[in-house]
Amino acid sequence: MDLATLWFVIIAMLWLGYLFLEGFDFGVGMLLPVLGRTDRERRVLINTIGPVWDGNEVWLLVAGGATFAAFPGWYASLFSVAYIPLLLFLLALIGRGVAFEYRGKVDSARWRRAWDTVIVTGSWVAALGVGAVLTTNVVGLPIGADGNRIGGPLAMVRWETLLGAAAVAGYAIVHGAVFLALKTDGDVRERARNLVLRLGPVLLAPLVALLLVIQLRYGSGWSWLVLLVVLAAAVVAYLRLAAGREGQAFAGLGVAVTGTVVALFAALYPNVLPSTVDPAFSLSIAETANSPYTLTVMSWVALFGTPAVLVYQGWTYWVFRQRISAEHIPPVQVP
Amino acid sequence: MDVLDLARWQFGITTVYHFLMVPLTIGLALLVAGMQTAWVRTGKIVYLKMTKFWGKLLLINFAMGVVTGIVQEFQFGMNWNEYSRFVGDVFGAPLAMEGLIAFFVESTFLGLWIFGWDRLPKRVHLACAWAFSLATIASAYFILAANSWMQHPVGVKFVDGRPQMTSIGDVLTNNTVLAAFPHTIAGAFAVAAAFLVGVGAWWLWRNREAADEHRQVWRNSIKLGALTGLVAFVVLVISGDFQGKLMFQQQPMKMAAAEALCSTEQPAGFSLFAVGDVGDPDCENVKSFTMPALLSFLAHGDVSSEVKGVDDLITEYRERYGTNYPDDPALGDLAGKPIEYVPNLPVTYWGFRLMIGFGALSAGFGLVALWLTRRGRIPRSRWFPRLGLLAIAAPFLANSAGWIFTEMGRQPFVVVPNPTGIDGVWMFTATAVSRLSVGEIWTSLIALTTVYGVLAVVEVFLLRRYIRAGIEGVMPPKPTEESDRDVLSFAY
Repeated sequence: MDLATLWFVIIAMLWLGYLFLEGFDFGVGMLLPVLGRTDRERRVLINTIGPVWDGNEVWLLVAGGATFAAFPGWYASLFSVAYIPLLLFLLALIGRGVAFEYRGKVDSARWRRAWDTVIVTGSWVAALGVGAVLTTNVVGLPIGADGNRIGGPLAMVRWETLLGAAAVAGYAIVHGAVFLALKTDGDVRERARNLVLRLGPVLLAPLVALLLVIQLRYGSGWSWLVLLVVLAAAVVAYLRLAAGREGQAFAGLGVAVTGTVVALFAALYPNVLPSTVDPAFSLSIAETANSPYTLTVMSWVALFGTPAVLVYQGWTYWVFRQRISAEHIPPVQVP
Repeated sequence: MDVLDLARWQFGITTVYHFLMVPLTIGLALLVAGMQTAWVRTGKIVYLKMTKFWGKLLLINFAMGVVTGIVQEFQFGMNWNEYSRFVGDVFGAPLAMEGLIAFFVESTFLGLWIFGWDRLPKRVHLACAWAFSLATIASAYFILAANSWMQHPVGVKFVDGRPQMTSIGDVLTNNTVLAAFPHTIAGAFAVAAAFLVGVGAWWLWRNREAADEHRQVWRNSIKLGALTGLVAFVVLVISGDFQGKLMFQQQPMKMAAAEALCSTEQPAGFSLFAVGDVGDPDCENVKSFTMPALLSFLAHGDVSSEVKGVDDLITEYRERYGTNYPDDPALGDLAGKPIEYVPNLPVTYWGFRLMIGFGALSAGFGLVALWLTRRGRIPRSRWFPRLGLLAIAAPFLANSAGWIFTEMGRQPFVVVPNPTGIDGVWMFTATAVSRLSVGEIWTSLIALTTVYGVLAVVEVFLLRRYIRAGIEGVMPPKPTEESDRDVLSFAY
């Protein structure tokens, strides 16, 4: 494998880390009013991700930075073509990040309600946005010979965009609920479990549909295998959750999202950004990649940096492994 | 306004705004880590109170720095995609390193620090404070290396119409970043220092009659802040002088503009202030009050040396980098037009002076505060807390003015040519911007500015509330009978 392809794989892995980790962050935010009926319960939800959401979000920043450092043409075209969707996504991330930190800083029902709205809206918009942009990146954007957009601000939106948005949002809800079943105790745990057991298959249907579309359009023999793995993992996750083994269900979803990322990036290969205007305008890995020197430097950084990140982020999850329930939540003490 | 103007406004607004939060975070994080170290080592409750109080303010501010930083990472691709394509081989590397090496550490260990008070052993918890505060400084290094490359491109060769990196070592040890890093970090500590002094002064004055049990917290904070501010000021002056000398070599036009020096002088005087229109192209309606020969000394360390003025530099730049923009329709109104090599003179001239002036004011108040509180004295004048709170603004303004000066001063270039340089490695701002519609960029400019404005109000409201609550607002309540062993020591 040459360096450019290696970096294509690394970027896929960064996306995987992002979807796996912030996927459940988004889900927790989206489910805040559904699973948290009292303020104390909503605080249970928020505190399951309190220590980790910021670290999870860095996976996105690094995916963006790595794309810039390895395939600047990809970074430049995607971010400017998907301008308005990305703007909405950024506003959503800004809002929910601040909301987590500020929600509990003032003891007033109105204050908390306002920030809850920001968390819920922000999580929905962000999850839909990630799905929309990532999927559209795979199926193609309207770019011309210079890598710039042909058409208006929303020229990138197609039906696959909407399917991708629904796919990631549905996945985030399921992933978030399973995470909550794993990390909480009491009523919230029960509700989270029941939600997945009742609605899980429906919520994951858009994701399966998206993978089928991708498979029929770009797939080959072995990619059917990937699709089967995703389906099997989802079914196993469902059964393990029904059996009360939340940790195994969570791991199952991890396998499913891994398969999803493999399928999406395999469909993209050997391009990084297909053009819907003319295949000749598509940006390929080979043409868009940076010089071998830059890629070598970045490879060394990734070689030493990534394992360290996995170790200390893993340690954080270990430190905060305890389940949280309403009894653990201290009373509100703020000035 | 066209896309170029709007994109520049947006970058200016988002970046100056981001850099209100960031220096407070950088300075305060390390000071809080120091306070916590003092507590762990001595066990004195006063240091714990300091850690908790300043730590809480740090967190309120930190959140804003994080979320506005996401925009920074994305907007190169969104608004400046031609720039991103051109510099991608070199500029993306420090940016990705910042993420992989600094951001991950920063965010993860901050989470551990916030929620880990009772869950981690004391020393491990303290180590988390050091990890994230040092990571904020590392992050500053990488992003300044990226910025310094735009001011002074090194470590590249020109291949197929774009710069290609030949040495990451050269990029990371660019003399421009070696000077900019201490300058920026000292600027960050000046902000945190003024914050400690101002808030401490207000509290000390507020409890001037009652012998408050927390008085020592405020005395310590004032002292720590004032000393930090003074050290920071010394570093700012030395590194600033160093930066100035480099800038005279690397970006002579920027320095000539900073001095509104129209024609070459030998020796050249340093302009203290000017009346009239410094932007006047003929330099006629302006009266500048100067210190003779000082500019020559600042530029080259020699009182009799020559300093080039704007007029001569224009001729030089035209010869080297062309007289007109290419006749490319993508450049809009600027296509084929003459290149304006002089940056906005009033902005650079006054930006430079405001930076120095506000920086000095801030350090000055620290000295006054140290004097007024010497040997257990409590200032009685109402002016003490008022000036203290006002003085908090000074280093923020100095930082903003400094960045506006240095970024506006490099116009019309986004990548300034290295004068000893590498052929072809420069880029005009006009050619760097994305081919967006005016509507799109207006949308994002308005949306971001509105959200930023609202969040600024919220942050100031919360900071004020927690400052007024003082130590009582952050110390854990005394454990009661029914308090549960399982209750989290901290929860959102």
